[in-house]
Amino acid sequence: MHIEMTNISKLFGTNQVLFDANFELQDGEIHALMGENGAGKSTLMKILTGVHQKNSGKILIDGKEVTYKHPIEAEKNGIVFVYQELSSALDMSVEENLFLGREITKKFSVVDKKAMCATTNEVLNRLGLEINPNETLGNLSIGQQQLVEIAKALLVNTKVIILDEPTSALTDKEVDKLFSVVRLLKSQGVSFIYISHRMEEIFELCDRVSVLRDGRYIGTKKISDTNKDDLIKMMIGRDLGNMFQKEIIPIGKPVLEVKNLTKHGLFKNISFTVHSGEVLGFAGLMGAGRTEIMKTVFGSFKADNGEIILDGKRINTKHYCPGDAKNAGIGYIPEDRKEEGLMIEKSIKGNIGITNYDLITSNGFIIDKNKENDLSKKAIKELSIKCTGINHLADNLSGGNQQKVVFAKWLYTNPKVLILDEPTRGVDVGAKQEIYSLITKLVKNGAAVIMVSSDLPEVLGMSDRIMVIHEGTIGGVINKDVATQKNIMTLATGGTINE
Amino acid sequence: MNKLKNKSNVIQEYGSQIALVFLLLLLSIISPEFRTIQNILSLLRQSSVNGLIAFGMTVVILTGGIDLSVGSSLALTALLGAGMLKGGVPAPLAILIVLIAGIVLGFLNGVMVVNGKIQPFIATLVSMTAFRGIAMIFSDGRPISRLGDSKLLLFLGQGQFLGIPVPIWIMIILFLIFRFFLQNTVIGRDTYATGSNYKAAALAGISIAKVKYLVYAVSGFTAAFAGLILVSRLGSAQPTLGSGYELDAIAAVAVGGTSMNGGRGKILGTLTGVIIIASLNNGMNIIGISSYYQQVVKAIVILLAVLSDSNR
Repeated sequence: MHIEMTNISKLFGTNQVLFDANFELQDGEIHALMGENGAGKSTLMKILTGVHQKNSGKILIDGKEVTYKHPIEAEKNGIVFVYQELSSALDMSVEENLFLGREITKKFSVVDKKAMCATTNEVLNRLGLEINPNETLGNLSIGQQQLVEIAKALLVNTKVIILDEPTSALTDKEVDKLFSVVRLLKSQGVSFIYISHRMEEIFELCDRVSVLRDGRYIGTKKISDTNKDDLIKMMIGRDLGNMFQKEIIPIGKPVLEVKNLTKHGLFKNISFTVHSGEVLGFAGLMGAGRTEIMKTVFGSFKADNGEIILDGKRINTKHYCPGDAKNAGIGYIPEDRKEEGLMIEKSIKGNIGITNYDLITSNGFIIDKNKENDLSKKAIKELSIKCTGINHLADNLSGGNQQKVVFAKWLYTNPKVLILDEPTRGVDVGAKQEIYSLITKLVKNGAAVIMVSSDLPEVLGMSDRIMVIHEGTIGGVINKDVATQKNIMTLATGGTINE
Repeated sequence: MNKLKNKSNVIQEYGSQIALVFLLLLLSIISPEFRTIQNILSLLRQSSVNGLIAFGMTVVILTGGIDLSVGSSLALTALLGAGMLKGGVPAPLAILIVLIAGIVLGFLNGVMVVNGKIQPFIATLVSMTAFRGIAMIFSDGRPISRLGDSKLLLFLGQGQFLGIPVPIWIMIILFLIFRFFLQNTVIGRDTYATGSNYKAAALAGISIAKVKYLVYAVSGFTAAFAGLILVSRLGSAQPTLGSGYELDAIAAVAVGGTSMNGGRGKILGTLTGVIIIASLNNGMNIIGISSYYQQVVKAIVILLAVLSDSNR
């Protein structure tokens, strides 16, 4: 299937998000679509599949002009969008999900379970997946759920599959599996449009890449004719320079000490110290227990055993809760900003307010609207949050700007320790760099930062020391000067390194 | 373009208030009896019981919960109060005890929701049934009347101040207090945050448990307060008092534009919803529409209100 989109423009109200954008997909290729958050990638694809309607421009499919009014229409014509947030019924089985809304029926609308299970098996086999059709979808890993979603696309005669950030929640192993499925389908004549921020994946998987910036089409290149720096330049319109801007800051006194922290079934005997001016990285595989450790340090989970000592004072962990942690000077930025970091339907102002009552009230109780507005204005300015003002809804911000709002929630509480859990996940390169410079500013001002991250270049670029967690225990601690991706991965997978 | 947008925002923001104005105009045009000050005051006085209950219901719903037990709490606390008055307990003390009892009953709902981790619908369904049953046991199924002639008690339901019935004053004062707390205080923010995203709220250091104890206790308090007004007006209390009131209150909250998922809504909306429903009842009675049709009309109004609310 050959798709050609030319001069596509789109306005949401008065807000123009696409300006004469172009995109071309050839038969049987894997075509990467790149750009910062808010560049218009998803919108362009939603126009292609009929979720949104274009204001002007032309879409040609195999030479014929088409305008789909609804995703179902696009799906019938062989174009399927697999969304970033999976839209599946987690309580239903794999087979039920595959056939949701298009069940095979016998007489009187009785579903033909046998036929559907058979087809499900067939499709799963075609993808080389060993998944039981009767398994409840929610019991599968995120990676498997993603593959089921792709299998769903194969039920109809699909020629083009659009994947939007498909690997953002997958483990390395699951990514490999996904890629092999994508390659297999390509060999069977299916084309892919692959939206992703991850350079490594683009270079590993794709044939060509198109770049959008601020709603405009920048260009298309063959993967073999381009490189990472080139693409970044296309995406942000300038050279990136030094990504991490790590500065040498003298390490101060210990701020937070954790001793033998244990929570049965999740992690055990975790001990570490983080100092003022230090970034302590936490690396490890997904599910190694890093988030759980941090949530325990923050009082969101209860420890079974162990001590938490802040500024030399032992915290009573018996009735310890996030409110106590906050009052003691610990901040926590969770890994899933939409689930846990933000009130998505509230404004920037509303989100920043709830951690900063000290700053927006006159007596700790009655809110001073002027102070509240000023605080949010200050945050928008200092963190250069792209928005229409303090009343901009969090939901309508790009990922990077949402993350900046979450940072703003904690920045002004002047935390002694700030825990960051995957601080740049789903954030574009430009905003990433700004977040790194925020982290540097924090430690410069004497804060201690704990950074949990699965992004190894980020861990290596930002940390002073790196703790590697393996299956709920400390796999090892590596100093910045000797840390490499290889020795981190060795420790993360249970190996040992000889120094 | 921008102006147009502002206009539609205003309609969204004050949709229920605009609807109320239209309703009042319509009823006033149709019926000369409706538009008398006397009638408007009696309409507002009648609405005060539902108003108080709906205020408490609003804060519970804002946290993403629901309180089905308000009608039963009202009956139980009203009987308690009537029993005390009949037994010779001085009215101020009896009133105080009734209000505290309301808080305690509400708090029990909070305990079930927070500590028992029972869904609010089920938890308050349990207490709704239990409180009603206890009210029956306590009164042996019979009304308690002849409560003495305490001036304070009579004043609550039947008194006037500056020519306006006291129940209306109570409703206005509570409205202002609720509005102040919801809009201008930390507790208000915590309430909205809990309903908006309880995970984010908890990780922001807010004690979700405290917020929930508080809102259910408040709901119990307003139910008990509403019960006092009823007892004062009726001069008696009976165990079936207040049955079905939870639904009237929920309807008023919904008409007022508060999201049943929590996190969004205003106490002004609830007050408007209360008056819309009361005006409908009153207006249709005056015009002489049969009570069978009244229910259908009310249902249509609630449906329209909820449909027109983009926040739903």
